[in-house]
Amino acid sequence: MDQKLVERIKNNPKYQELVSKRTSFAVKLAIFMFIVYFGFVLTIAFDKEIFATKIGDVMTAAWPIAVTLLCIIIVMPIIYAVRANGEFEDLTNAIKDDVKDAL
Amino acid sequence: MMLKVLSLLGLSTLALFASDDRDINMYAIVMFFLFIGLTMLLTKWAAGKTKSASDFYTAGGGITGFQNGLAIAGDYLSAASFLGISGMIFLHGFDGMVYAVGWLVGWPLILFLMAEKLRNLGKFNFADITSYRLEQRRIRILAALASLSVITFYLIAQMVGAGKLIEVLFHIPYGWSVAIVGALMIIYVTFGGMLATTWVQIVKAVLLLLGTTLMTILVLNAYDFSFVKLAEEAVTLHSKGEAILRPGPFVSDPIAAISLGLALMLGTAGLPHILMRFFTVGNAKEARKSVVYATGFIGYFYIIVGVIGLGAVAFLYNPENVGVYFDEAGKLIGGNNMAAVHLSEIVGGPIFLGFLAAVSFATIVAVVAGLTLAASNAIAHDLYAIVIRKGDITDAEEMKISRRTVLVIGLVAILLGYIFENQNVAFMVGLAFAIAASTNFPVLILSIYWSKLTTRGAFLGGLVGLVTALTLVTLSKTVWVDIFGFEKEIFPWVHPGLFSITAAFIAIWFFSITDKTARAEEDKSGFEAQKTRAETGIGADGAVSH
Repeated sequence: MDQKLVERIKNNPKYQELVSKRTSFAVKLAIFMFIVYFGFVLTIAFDKEIFATKIGDVMTAAWPIAVTLLCIIIVMPIIYAVRANGEFEDLTNAIKDDVKDAL
Repeated sequence: MMLKVLSLLGLSTLALFASDDRDINMYAIVMFFLFIGLTMLLTKWAAGKTKSASDFYTAGGGITGFQNGLAIAGDYLSAASFLGISGMIFLHGFDGMVYAVGWLVGWPLILFLMAEKLRNLGKFNFADITSYRLEQRRIRILAALASLSVITFYLIAQMVGAGKLIEVLFHIPYGWSVAIVGALMIIYVTFGGMLATTWVQIVKAVLLLLGTTLMTILVLNAYDFSFVKLAEEAVTLHSKGEAILRPGPFVSDPIAAISLGLALMLGTAGLPHILMRFFTVGNAKEARKSVVYATGFIGYFYIIVGVIGLGAVAFLYNPENVGVYFDEAGKLIGGNNMAAVHLSEIVGGPIFLGFLAAVSFATIVAVVAGLTLAASNAIAHDLYAIVIRKGDITDAEEMKISRRTVLVIGLVAILLGYIFENQNVAFMVGLAFAIAASTNFPVLILSIYWSKLTTRGAFLGGLVGLVTALTLVTLSKTVWVDIFGFEKEIFPWVHPGLFSITAAFIAIWFFSITDKTARAEEDKSGFEAQKTRAETGIGADGAVSH
């Protein structure tokens, strides 16, 4: 890609919109994932009794919590991909359209 | 040529089966050969379509997001995931689930931070991205060095696991078992390249998901589909009692917890054979879909593996079965990793045991094929084509070198598997993740996002990560005491992640900001063009249709 095209893309407002929206969305989701996961691991590290809380005759909270966490991790990519493959993909295509004379 | 190799392999295997008069599961043998036959047909079909280096390394970029998602699941769910986690739950209970969560949590991060950027910037492997604006030679050498370290440790663990598994399942001597796995992977990868590897992984993923789902249903069926009832039965029978439903000794202190957590989470994003899969799809959109499907399949698998693990406790410790599956010393026959395999016989009889045995075998072969292809990518593409030949190489020549590399790697893998037979290899997968998280991941993420990264910073910092991870593991209990036999470990923690990852980031930062060379200016000035391409995909290598 030559420098002129780079400048053109960089100065395109749609490009700036794409980068800022996508970066902030991705970073927010990543931070959420970090907090949830390390919350889980550190809870176990600092106090095992919390997860050992009984929720039935013998059943503890630990297993349901782990399964819930696995479900959250499965859902996170869907949340991102729905928006990225819709809104962000449209913006990307619009940018490509704007510079297609140079491609 | 291929048929000759195949029939030789088949005959020698048959002879081995026939030479043994112990109790042999004929269903397992039939399904084992069905799997080999099917994958050989796939390989033959793929071989006809593999004409260029791009076909060989990336299946020409023509895999769909859904197919790639399945293939990633097939590539990622190694024997450590299936036999390992179910065995861990069988032995310790809940702690196995802590590993399952850690092995899944890297996936959303790969999607949020990397997947589309990898696809937009790369062509064959992740070193295309790290060397995009940095100096090719040093960065490719670093990438190849780190990748080969990761792959070697991962591969040894898989080969030893495969050898043991086949030895127990089919009563074939260990050396032969390792040789069969090695020979199969050489055939898949040399002839069929990425296309065959992808389809072997897809077949394996489907078989594994079907098999484990069926097993879960059979287990739950015995407990009126109540997980609580199953857990109650398991608690009654397990020697540790209620402790199996609580966090156990695995995650002890906060530093160990963070170290292990970081290595599992970030290591996934630094595994070369996994990153390689993002170049098999046509564009960023398909790359995102790949992760959605992959995370779904892998996550679903980890959820049901929990049921299988507890099921193994409930069924294998049942007084009726204890005499059958445990030896006189009270140990599970074939080791704790065989818990899921024994369980399949109890809940589904010999046919299901045969099916699951073949699935376990397919699991290892598919992972090993992916690893081999990634290693060939590092040697033939990074080291030979780019570093030694400086990119001045024809497509046909590179293909020839890649195929020969695969043969050599296959033979080395067989040899290593043979040598390490009686070593405890469980730590090797952990080590592979630690190196991936401490070398590949920091260099990759900073090359994508940090404009001030320079070649010197990436090269020296990456090496610092690699050396720190290796040194700390050597000085920890797993190697220093358990393997070298010293009295006390020097490094108090088993997992080096927190220290080696931090060291890598600090070193990359320091050697970059103090870099005043002319090359550093060039590195930094290339960032803008890289960023616009990473964000939009304009100028990216697209799908090549044939």
